Amino acid sequence: MMAKTPLLKVENVGIRFGGLKAVSDVNLELNQGELVGLIGPNGAGKTTFFNLLTGVYVPTEGSISLDGGKLNGLAPYKINQKGISRTFQNIRLFSDLSVLDNVKVAYHSLAKHSIVSSLLRLPSHFSGEKEMEEKAIEFLKIFKLESVMHEQAKNLPYGQQRRLEIARALAANPKLLLLDEPAAGMNPQETEELMNLIALIRERFSLTILLIEHDMLLVMGVCERIYVLDHGQLIAQGTPEQIRNNPKVIEAYLGEEVS
Amino acid sequence: MNLLKKAKGFWGTIVLVVIFSVVTQLLINGGTLNSFYVNTLFSIGINIILAASLHLIIGVTGQFSIGHAGFLAVGAYASAIITMKLGLPFPVAILAGGAAAAIAGLIIGIPTLRLRGDYLAIATLGFGEIVKIVFLNIDYIGGASGMTVTHLTTWPWLIACVVITIVVIVNFTNSTHGRACISIRENEIAADAMGINTTFYKVMAFIIGAFFAGVAGALHAHNFYIIQPPNFGFLKSFDILILVVIGGLGSMSGAVIAAIALTIISTFLSSYPEVRMVIYSLVLIVMMLFRPQGLMGSKEITSFLKLGKAAKGGVHNDGKNTVA
Repeated sequence: MMAKTPLLKVENVGIRFGGLKAVSDVNLELNQGELVGLIGPNGAGKTTFFNLLTGVYVPTEGSISLDGGKLNGLAPYKINQKGISRTFQNIRLFSDLSVLDNVKVAYHSLAKHSIVSSLLRLPSHFSGEKEMEEKAIEFLKIFKLESVMHEQAKNLPYGQQRRLEIARALAANPKLLLLDEPAAGMNPQETEELMNLIALIRERFSLTILLIEHDMLLVMGVCERIYVLDHGQLIAQGTPEQIRNNPKVIEAYLGEEVS
Repeated sequence: MNLLKKAKGFWGTIVLVVIFSVVTQLLINGGTLNSFYVNTLFSIGINIILAASLHLIIGVTGQFSIGHAGFLAVGAYASAIITMKLGLPFPVAILAGGAAAAIAGLIIGIPTLRLRGDYLAIATLGFGEIVKIVFLNIDYIGGASGMTVTHLTTWPWLIACVVITIVVIVNFTNSTHGRACISIRENEIAADAMGINTTFYKVMAFIIGAFFAGVAGALHAHNFYIIQPPNFGFLKSFDILILVVIGGLGSMSGAVIAAIALTIISTFLSSYPEVRMVIYSLVLIVMMLFRPQGLMGSKEITSFLKLGKAAKGGVHNDGKNTVA
């Protein structure tokens, strides 16, 4: 499509906590439909950067824009409604809610029935709820979670919880999906399944994805471009091949793994 | 068809409630229920409203508020002013009591609901005390000696308020809006990231909860002949909190059952004033030791009565698996 206008444009973004510069001077562009990786050693500021993109932190410098609209200073829920959805490094499901309800919560901002119609149980309440339920079930089928949809989320095995979190993030109908270490704690087979799932949803929802990952196999395998963060600064960017051979990256991070 | 079933369950419950109310009214008129039982019945009704309203704030939305007696006081005084000072009819007083408390909820909710956990608890505790002190110092409403109020709370008004409270709160909880509140309780950061306007829903839960606490205040004021600021201190707040915790955080039917049971227990214990608080406290300790999740946990009574698909009907559970 029109590759000229980037979906996400991050310019000179940084944040300081007191005297500590957690992230500084990051420039990053994502084009529609890309799958981009963000890697870096522990404490490099990757998750902080995600938190900046999703409004958990407000950047102290620079600007972030999605589809040309500025995101700086918006509350997280507004940023979600504008089209950025995320998963968390340590899973944050609504653990007492059923799998189905977890997905329904993500549909909330698209719900058409008001509080009053729900209180008075007007027809719009029932049709709205029914529509949400049908959409959510449809969605769980894509993720092969429909058989457990009435289970409480906390009772699912780890791999399914990860999948549910991705399903929930996607249900909010984002343009850009941020995955924070989706393969953390997974065995090679689960990682393989996850890679297939990411490829599938990307195709199906014409998504743009930015993912943080430690699993080099996954990053090198699926990402088209990779950004490398170290000490809060971008030290490299390029194709997996370029990153693999970049001396700065090898020094900061990949040293022993890719030699 | 599903729709019809739901409506049937709802109206079925309403019919049962109406029959129950009429029979009770006949018993009251006939003198079968003496004034002791009638008083207990009225206390139960008021406590159910209080427990249900706090359940929405703590059990559903997860905001630990311990200043609920403040809203009760605002409702009680606002309604008493309407009937005693302005001479307007009782229904206006009930609505005004609720509205005044809801406004108080809005004013106190916006600044404090950015706080979490124990910080919010302390802030709401402070609110409750401020309300008490303010009423203590206004001469217009009697100051420390309180305000005498005509007895206007009757059984039909009481049962109507109880039913409306329960229906509104259950309907709210079992909708996408209630789910938004529950998601805040479960994980506020994730709820925010999933597009839920967390501040809006926390304040909304606070306002609805405060409104019904105010309604309870109006019924309370017009039931006990006199209202005095010291009756609305933090001990009263804790009484309400205990109902919700004992019932099981997150369970509406638990809150209602606890309100009924604890009111009866404390009424019967009032014949033994020396040991009353000891036994009452022991009940709480034993309860916390052996069933810390409360009477009902986070389940609803309907999930025990009916299983599986049959659980779809009925006023208590038209959201099936919603834990509230």
